[in-house]
Amino acid sequence: MTQKLLEIKNLKTSFRIGDEYYAAVDDVSLTLNKNEVLGIVGESGSGKSALAFSIMGLHTRAKMEGNILFNGKDIVNISPAQLNQLRGDEMAMIFQDPLTALNPLMEIGAQISETLILHRPEMSQKERKDRVIELLTMVGIPRPEYVYEQFPHELSGGMRQRVIIAIAIANRPELLIADEPTTALDVTNQAQILDLIRKLKNDMGSGVILITHDLGVVAEMADRVAVMYAGQIVEIADVFTLFENPKHPYTRSLLTSVPAEGQDKLLVIQGIVPSLQHLPREGCRFAERIPWLDSSAHEEDPVLHEIEPGHFVRCTCYKHFHFQDEAKEAQVHGDTRSK
Amino acid sequence: MWKFIVRRMLTTFPQLILLSVIIFLMAQAMPGDALTGLVDPNVDRAAIEEQREKLGLNDPWHIKYADWVSGLLQGDLGQSFRYKMDVTDLIEQRLINTFWLAVATLLFTYIIALPLGILSGRYNDTLLDSSITGYTYIGFATPLFIFALVMLWVFGYQLQWFPTGGSVAPGLEAGSMDYILSKVNHLLLPALSMALIQTVSTVQYLRSEIVDTKQKEFVVTARAKGASETRVYNRHIFRNSLLPIAAYFSYEITLLITGTIFVERIFSYPGMGQLFLDSIVQRDFSVVTAVVLLFGLAAILGALVSDIILSIIDPRIRIK
Repeated sequence: MTQKLLEIKNLKTSFRIGDEYYAAVDDVSLTLNKNEVLGIVGESGSGKSALAFSIMGLHTRAKMEGNILFNGKDIVNISPAQLNQLRGDEMAMIFQDPLTALNPLMEIGAQISETLILHRPEMSQKERKDRVIELLTMVGIPRPEYVYEQFPHELSGGMRQRVIIAIAIANRPELLIADEPTTALDVTNQAQILDLIRKLKNDMGSGVILITHDLGVVAEMADRVAVMYAGQIVEIADVFTLFENPKHPYTRSLLTSVPAEGQDKLLVIQGIVPSLQHLPREGCRFAERIPWLDSSAHEEDPVLHEIEPGHFVRCTCYKHFHFQDEAKEAQVHGDTRSK
Repeated sequence: MWKFIVRRMLTTFPQLILLSVIIFLMAQAMPGDALTGLVDPNVDRAAIEEQREKLGLNDPWHIKYADWVSGLLQGDLGQSFRYKMDVTDLIEQRLINTFWLAVATLLFTYIIALPLGILSGRYNDTLLDSSITGYTYIGFATPLFIFALVMLWVFGYQLQWFPTGGSVAPGLEAGSMDYILSKVNHLLLPALSMALIQTVSTVQYLRSEIVDTKQKEFVVTARAKGASETRVYNRHIFRNSLLPIAAYFSYEITLLITGTIFVERIFSYPGMGQLFLDSIVQRDFSVVTAVVLLFGLAAILGALVSDIILSIIDPRIRIK
């Protein structure tokens, strides 16, 4: 029996640029169950991190609309004090860049202890130190007693990422958000960190939101995958369906942009994710990347369609998109652009 | 950390030696010597020459330097031509006066700078921030010697809240409570005048550093741990923003020295700055040399203290 841990309904997170608000996350709805890994993929600027920060309530100057129900509590309209009780305790986050995410002037032990002090004030100093050493051991840091008294600059990137994970799991969170946890690491460290996150998830039964632009990571880790483009979810399905039977043109172009064996040419769709101020706010946001499709292929106001149980696709344009045939045209299109 | 402090202290020795050499050579370059002007012009030149030989004034410079330094080490700064007394005795009381003036100024400087800088940085781009930044611009634009005069005129002469000169009221017994209070009362106005002007750069450094630090990622980490905004500021942002303030401390000492020269003159406060100006005007060179030496010493020690504070705050510059 699966239990709903997190339910996001029509979330819209907007930032103010000049006098206007621009939505970085627009109409995002999704659910996460306990002991489930939901992968969120998309290019840079697609709103993945903005979504993660919204869930943690970490945006300091954003307007948030919609609901984020975490264990039944709505995080969007919660008081800062209540939010602080949740953060670091029931929900926690692993950050992208281990080199900047730790306070350079604080000992490692103190940085991990802080989250215990905030949420487990009844712990004695001795208990706290024991727990920190235990956490450091759990995340695979050798000589934890020694590292306890070290400063971040004395540790390697991989070690620092382990410390950040230790901070996140210190209070056994029910929800763990990993925001590109391996992007800044080398390949050996990446595999180890992913193994670690998976193991911790299985031990604690937490729900994990794994944000990444690495499809290999998603295939390996996730149970379900949401694909984001320009602040919206364009496709969401379980991991097998998504890789076997991708529907949305964007998902398909993402999948073909990963080199596979025996493939000598990468099929790509030209163009980039438009910036926040230049997003098309009406119609299908992907339309301008596939201009050869007739505008009648798109919905006027694209919504997510459930095309098979648990598999949602936004807009109707996927029905008319045939990548193998269009790919040539896409490249021709790219050539004409560069000329 | 001790390793760093010891090593840092060792590096002050070459600095001190260099300072003494430069001051000695500059003193040598000044016209005349200890006998010029002291001796009756009717005395036979040969007798003077004999005296010079006896006093070692004809020795090569390195021997004279060695003599001078060995005198310094024994606390012998020479004789004042004008006051006809040992420079050491002349300086002693003034040094104490200036020391307390400097301490009071530093105290006021940081009492003003820390809250203003923190408020301005935390609530940047608000009305509060704009008013504080406005004050710093005015502070940058106002010359200390004019501001001190205005303060003296308003609070000394017009309102008569503070004494207008001296370091202590006459007729009080040294060491008594009244004496100490009178000393403090004489300090306040010059110290405040100097602090109000010199604090503005510290305010600005602190503000921009806090604005900078609060966008760093470890601050987000702290928030994600569930730390309240107050805790985030006190534990994470503030300490990381102190680094440039600590580094600026050594320059603050130098500013203080130049500041006391103006302020002591304006408030007729009998301290080193006042003595420095007087002795230059009166060509009392042994006093000038001694005062410059002490100013230089203060600047070197300021840099030392500044580096030690930095090493206490920032583990990255300690040597393991």
